[in-house]
Amino acid sequence: MIEGYFNYWVVIILMMMGFYIVISDSNLIKKIIGLNIFQTSVFVLFISMSKVKGGTAPILTDEASVYSNPLPHVLILTAIVVGVSTTALGLALVAKIHRAYGTVDETLIHGQDDIQDET
Amino acid sequence: MQFLEHLELAILIPLLGGIFVLAFHSRPRLREASSILAGVLLFLYITQLLGLDPAQDHLRTLLEISPGLSIAFHLEPLGLVFALLASGLWVITTVYSIGYLNGNAEKNQTRFYLFFAMSIASAMGIALAANLFTLFIFYETLTLCTYPLVTHKQTSEAQSGGRIYLGVLLGTSIMFFLSALVITWIQAGTLDFVSGGILEGKLGGTASVLLFTLFMLGIGKAALMPFHRWLPAAMVAPTPVSALLHAVAVVKAGVFSVLKISVYVFGIDFIAEQDASVWVLWLAVATMLIASVIALSKDNLKARLAYSTISQLSYIVIGAALAWPAAALGGALHIVTHAFGKITLFFCAGAIYTATKCTHVSQFNGLGHKMPFTFAAYLLGALSVIGLPPFAGSWSKWLLVEGSASTQHYIVLGAFGLSTLLNCAYLLPVALRAFFKPPSPDVAAAGPGIREAPLACLIPLCATAAGTVLLFFYIQPLYDFLYPVFNP
Amino acid sequence: MLDHLPALQVIIPLISAPVCMLVTRASWAWLLATAVSIASFVMALLLAREVSVHGVLSYHLGGWVPPLGIEYRIDHLSAYVLIIVSATASITMLAARKSIEQEVSREKSGLFYSAYLLCLTGLLGIAATGDAFNIFVFLEISSLSSYALIAMGRDRRALTSAYQYLIMGTIGATFILIGVGLLYMLTGTLNILDLQQKIPGITGSRTLHAAFAFLTAGISLKLALFPLHLWLPNAYAYAPSMITVFLSATATKVSLYLLFRFFFGLFPPEVSFESFHLGRILLPLSIVAILTASFVAIFQDNIKRMLAYSSVAQIGYMTLGISLASKEGSIASMVYLLNHALIKGGLFLAMACIVFRINSVQLEDFAGLGRRMPWTMAAIVLLGLGLIGVPLTAGFISKWYVLSAAIEQGHWLGAVVVVGGSLLAILYIWKIIEQAYFRTPVKVALHTSAIREAPLAMLIPLWVLVAGNFYLGLNTSFSYNFASTAIHAIFP
Repeated sequence: MIEGYFNYWVVIILMMMGFYIVISDSNLIKKIIGLNIFQTSVFVLFISMSKVKGGTAPILTDEASVYSNPLPHVLILTAIVVGVSTTALGLALVAKIHRAYGTVDETLIHGQDDIQDET
Repeated sequence: MQFLEHLELAILIPLLGGIFVLAFHSRPRLREASSILAGVLLFLYITQLLGLDPAQDHLRTLLEISPGLSIAFHLEPLGLVFALLASGLWVITTVYSIGYLNGNAEKNQTRFYLFFAMSIASAMGIALAANLFTLFIFYETLTLCTYPLVTHKQTSEAQSGGRIYLGVLLGTSIMFFLSALVITWIQAGTLDFVSGGILEGKLGGTASVLLFTLFMLGIGKAALMPFHRWLPAAMVAPTPVSALLHAVAVVKAGVFSVLKISVYVFGIDFIAEQDASVWVLWLAVATMLIASVIALSKDNLKARLAYSTISQLSYIVIGAALAWPAAALGGALHIVTHAFGKITLFFCAGAIYTATKCTHVSQFNGLGHKMPFTFAAYLLGALSVIGLPPFAGSWSKWLLVEGSASTQHYIVLGAFGLSTLLNCAYLLPVALRAFFKPPSPDVAAAGPGIREAPLACLIPLCATAAGTVLLFFYIQPLYDFLYPVFNP
Repeated sequence: MLDHLPALQVIIPLISAPVCMLVTRASWAWLLATAVSIASFVMALLLAREVSVHGVLSYHLGGWVPPLGIEYRIDHLSAYVLIIVSATASITMLAARKSIEQEVSREKSGLFYSAYLLCLTGLLGIAATGDAFNIFVFLEISSLSSYALIAMGRDRRALTSAYQYLIMGTIGATFILIGVGLLYMLTGTLNILDLQQKIPGITGSRTLHAAFAFLTAGISLKLALFPLHLWLPNAYAYAPSMITVFLSATATKVSLYLLFRFFFGLFPPEVSFESFHLGRILLPLSIVAILTASFVAIFQDNIKRMLAYSSVAQIGYMTLGISLASKEGSIASMVYLLNHALIKGGLFLAMACIVFRINSVQLEDFAGLGRRMPWTMAAIVLLGLGLIGVPLTAGFISKWYVLSAAIEQGHWLGAVVVVGGSLLAILYIWKIIEQAYFRTPVKVALHTSAIREAPLAMLIPLWVLVAGNFYLGLNTSFSYNFASTAIHAIFP
């Protein structure tokens, strides 16, 4: 059971960890770290599924006849780029938020907004 | 006479008048003149339409929004009568408005005349609509065009009145009317007005009862209880608005739609067969009596007249709901006769306000001697609304009573009797007080300061009062004209 | 040239984006962005004509034959969405110059316009591509640029709103990625057409179930379907005025397109609705969305927020149409999509005019605007009537179709909710109207005669939308016929 679906267990555990951090933590930077873990789990899902039993790396040689599927790798390369941009943009936003509010804690930020609303 | 066939002229003429009103924004005389001119032109146009052969269906499709849903007009006796009534009384009301607005130095008169014209255009659209869809569209535009008139004074009182007005009318029409419309569309596959109805064989039993009720509640302008609150709320409007819109255009558009839907969507026979009107009938009877009792308790004359209107509208709904040709014809006649009677009463209320700033019945003691014409006209109007000969109202009431007897609805018959008594009780004392009670101290003190309202107010109200008498003697052509609608 | 249109549609804005960044003068950047927007509108129209005449256009990117290569596939549905997106872009850009000058600092305007062009690229790309993974990429291009655009709002809350949107949007996009990955695992293809042919054979698979669930959740997040709408009100309220106009009319609409593409095209409708019961999920959510969001809208004092909540409710109407699982319902939903883009875009544009003059969208500051900005307020009234669904406006047509589709299917609850939602819309629209026409301003600053009508450059686009609102209310030949052809093509 565990053996046959090993990669999925890893994916699910990573995904839930990341997701939990995003939901539960009030620190904006930690949320982004959580988001990163969440995304990474999906990368693992894609890459692990491209593995063909007994297949080699997809390089044309005479010795091998079975190759792993290269397409998911390529897709994930794109997804990683997207992930990096998301992280960069997220961190840039956090930096600006820190400048505007003086904190990166979500609860404190909401507190400041509420005060602003009342005045 | 090719141009007569372009039925959209009935809408374009008032709209064009509206544009001129806008253009002459800073020239009050020209502005008023263009308003009157448009009214006269419209009236002449409608009278010309009477000359066309009503047996032919002068269908005129303006545009087809999507397959089967089109904006189209046609000629048909019931609609023509309503169009004639609304356009004729528009002319008279415009004259009256000029006197009233200037007499009370109201602001924003351009806006007033503009939306007034747009309201009439909408009423024409309702009158000539060839299908339910067109009727619904103009029904809604009428609500929206009258909103700025109702809230003309822009006070907080006007605002809250406007809220109720818009809320009830838009609410009922979207909630019930639109739903009923879509159900009809899906069941019957068409929305055209066809003599004898379009639902025959498509719907039956409880479903038809539900649909009919949905329609009647959806037409909030017919002011069936519990959706009547908008009418008294709209009394914050200047009196000419109340007079035209709430004695003629708006409420009559409502009951006109009731009749039109009963005759051309359901068909009188279909209603009778399926007993589709059973709930509506009792609702209308209840409305008629309850509104009369409330009217009795109102001291403010306009509020009293508003409740009186609610009660009278139910006469017409009952006419449709009895599902008996003569009764429905009585309802149709009542649209005309009540319009003349009620507009006279509203004109008088406005004239009294303009001359004395009195709004409550209890302040009217002794005013009759200062304003004899106004109160005499009031008396004529009141007698017509009550339904005594030799006034127009007696004919329509007679047909309604006859219808209720023929269909053996004796409770309805009794209710008509009771309602007539109540009518006397709340309408007559106003005039009696004015003529026979001694003047109250402050009226006496004002002494010679009080006289009749300006001529522009006085002439219209005398004209409509005279109309109630004339209609009594010349009702036959109208009767003959409408007869085929209900006896196909 | 004409053969390459499907690719050019996407590539032109993509290439212009970095150019825009290099342009130093704000007005030139604006000019470029406007020209590109109009060019993409023209291309969308040409594409729509091509599709109408020749049928579906298939473009093989780089000459690789699908399913191996990436295919751009323009059918009626794509063309319809391309027109909506590019038309909104053109109108927005034409009106945008002064408002952006006021709200975005000069040195950032080049960046601003390039982010806008990237966003446009992404939205157009989603509609044009016929490849499931490509959809994810374009979705992220448009989302990332829209996070940046929203963050440029003047209020500091724009930052937190953008952040919130970033978190939720990324989760949504990742869900879509998982769904696409699982589909690839099952079928070995990413081409939508190819997937469509392979999926009916494997409906029993549990992996397919999982893919379907991930896709549904991901798209619903992007679509702001209740209860996944939390990012939307703040994002719309604090974004620069013009960005709200653009996003409100395009972003959620493109997500709705995805819903169609995935659950009618990629998954055959009978699989989506019969095997996976999509209707049973969408219908209750739509109903709750219409009622709660309309209700919440009534109590908002920030008008942009009010309209944003109204958007959440309107999305409910569109998903309600889809959830009926009938052709009529889907067509209704498509027509609704166009009409609502027009009406809501117009209302937010009017808000932009007001922000431009009084620098506020608080309800209390609207007092007396009926006199000071008569044309803007008149536009709000007319568009508001459209939102309520008064006859003769486009809003009526869309409500009519949804209502008749619901009644036809015997969904009485849905029908009641459709009309009930309209009643709630009356309440919140009328709050604005009464404030503008019945009250006099309280704040001294708003008494000054400096407040006057918005500049013509903004008013003309606004009134173009108002005119469109009535045109589409009177003539449904484009909206209905095009939507109906689109739906008939994908709905067997």
